[in-house]
Amino acid sequence: MSTVTQTSLRPVWDEEPSLLGKIGKALALALVTLAVLFPLYIVVLTSISSAQAINEAGGLVIVPNGFSFDAYAEVLGGGVVLKALTVSIGITVVGTALSLSVTAMAAYGLSRPGSLLHRPLLFAVLITFLFGPGIIPSYIMVYSLGLLDSYASLILPAAISAFNLVVLRAFFMAIPGEVIESARIEGATDFQIFRKIVLPLSKAALAVIGLFYAVAYWNAFFNALLYLNDSGKWPLQLVLRTYILQGQPMQTASGVMDASGLGLSAVPVTSVRMAVLVLAMIPVVLIYPFIQRHFIKGVIIGAVKG
Amino acid sequence: MSDRRAVPVAERSPATGTTPARPRDRRERRRPSQSSFLSRLRRDWQLLLMVVPALGLLGLFHYVPTLWNMIAFLDYTPIDGIANSPYVGWGNFVYLMGEPAFWHAVGNTVTITAFQLVFYFPAPIALAILLNSVLRPRLRAVIQNIVYLPHFFSWVLVVTVFQQMIGGAGLTAQVMRDWGMSPIDLMTNPDTFIGLVTVQAIWKDAGWGMIIFLAALSTINPNLYEAAAVDGASRWQRLWHITLPGLRPVIVLLLILRLGDALNVGFEQFILQRDAVGAGAAEVLDTYVYWLGLLTGDWSIGAAAGLFKGVVGLILILVANKVAHKLGEQGIYQRS
Repeated sequence: MSTVTQTSLRPVWDEEPSLLGKIGKALALALVTLAVLFPLYIVVLTSISSAQAINEAGGLVIVPNGFSFDAYAEVLGGGVVLKALTVSIGITVVGTALSLSVTAMAAYGLSRPGSLLHRPLLFAVLITFLFGPGIIPSYIMVYSLGLLDSYASLILPAAISAFNLVVLRAFFMAIPGEVIESARIEGATDFQIFRKIVLPLSKAALAVIGLFYAVAYWNAFFNALLYLNDSGKWPLQLVLRTYILQGQPMQTASGVMDASGLGLSAVPVTSVRMAVLVLAMIPVVLIYPFIQRHFIKGVIIGAVKG
Repeated sequence: MSDRRAVPVAERSPATGTTPARPRDRRERRRPSQSSFLSRLRRDWQLLLMVVPALGLLGLFHYVPTLWNMIAFLDYTPIDGIANSPYVGWGNFVYLMGEPAFWHAVGNTVTITAFQLVFYFPAPIALAILLNSVLRPRLRAVIQNIVYLPHFFSWVLVVTVFQQMIGGAGLTAQVMRDWGMSPIDLMTNPDTFIGLVTVQAIWKDAGWGMIIFLAALSTINPNLYEAAAVDGASRWQRLWHITLPGLRPVIVLLLILRLGDALNVGFEQFILQRDAVGAGAAEVLDTYVYWLGLLTGDWSIGAAAGLFKGVVGLILILVANKVAHKLGEQGIYQRS
């Protein structure tokens, strides 16, 4: 890929494409890019458009025509969305901390070559790739542990991802053995080596895996649908599904808002809905630029060493 | 993977830090005996302890529930519990085999997998080849980053965005009304649903799927292209005779793995749209298990359908890996 140079990007043997070919390629690239960006543009623009702009457009806004952040004030001022947002943030923070620490410990515990039982234990982790327990047995398990309608049901069942564990283990195994052996000669225990050597050397890898987990917790919706009857505990994704996708009447700061938008004087229901979409999207978009390069590295390591 | 550390670097001192009297080479695994097990336990107990929380969670929410698939052989109700539910043998499976709704869900699942093999599978390959032809690195990185982005969105978000774009109250309907046409609603039409879910899958994951093909493209030796060009091969001939054969191993591997995963078509995507489209088009095995077991209360029959899917899926995956190994590719559970 690095065959391109500063002076001429095109290799000497490669003929210049025809004008038609160039146009075709540009169109294809533009189409692919716009297919992703255009819907997001519409959603964001509508969420920050004024009531008048939305009325004139007859719903979603394509051309900017007056701005207003009332929709955000409406959903963040109180009601189900604000509650769900705090739940989602809490689940994501607590869940990620738990998942990351448990995964990192296990990944180190399984990363030392020749250690006792590491092969059967690794096998026990990997087998979870092959066979999932199924929806109903999982539900019965959560039910019999008394975890229905608890926040723990959103965290514990999905706390360990075998994929993340294997990827992190691959990172740990890439730490030069000499570093660890010399610490051992100095008399360090495995706990100390893990805390003082392995973790500081793996900050980037831990950040990647942490964000993998965070995105998964933030995006999870089915666990909540399955385990939470109490809609007061719903995370944002389930709120998005129920009040936006299914369009059920939604409690916001100034009252209950239904599809007709009646009951609310100033803020159009369309912009409120788009604001909820944006809130569900924002954390992912914000962390994405920082992490996407590492994500990709992680995927390739996982694919190669998995 | 122990190879890279196979040469003993130094004697290990015991974890306690006392004098390393006896040589304790952890890599001497040829002579397993009681005493070596104990000494290895004394040396490695901290490592084992660190694995315990993860295994505990996997045990509680993976291994034990897997055992609870046994309710597929009972007439289970939560009130009776497993101990008091009557044993019915293969009865639930026999019932399922005679149940048209079950076969309907199986049929939908297989049809959608086949459809997506034809229409989804080539999308990441085409995208990778297209992007690989972009020479300016900056432009290429920008486009690349844009097309991966939807992979990190939740299915709820993706389906909702689609609803807002092409649903009955969405953007296209709105524009069509403005132009005096009668609006169409593609989100609730069972006839076009299979196309809809495929387009959604492409929108969300084609960019992500492209990564592995881009990596494979970067391993193709540029000298091949040069030699072919010198010999007079056109752009398309090079694509056909160099690029595609270069991608062949990855394509074959992913194709086989997809076949091994044939019964999974994406649960969340379907459960989100089943209500709007109806069970006729949107009922796949996963949604069938969910509705049967948790919404109608037929726990055991639902579990039987789930177990059927799990076991067939396991067989498919093992066969697929076997085939992949036979063809000289790495499977997903290659020996570590």
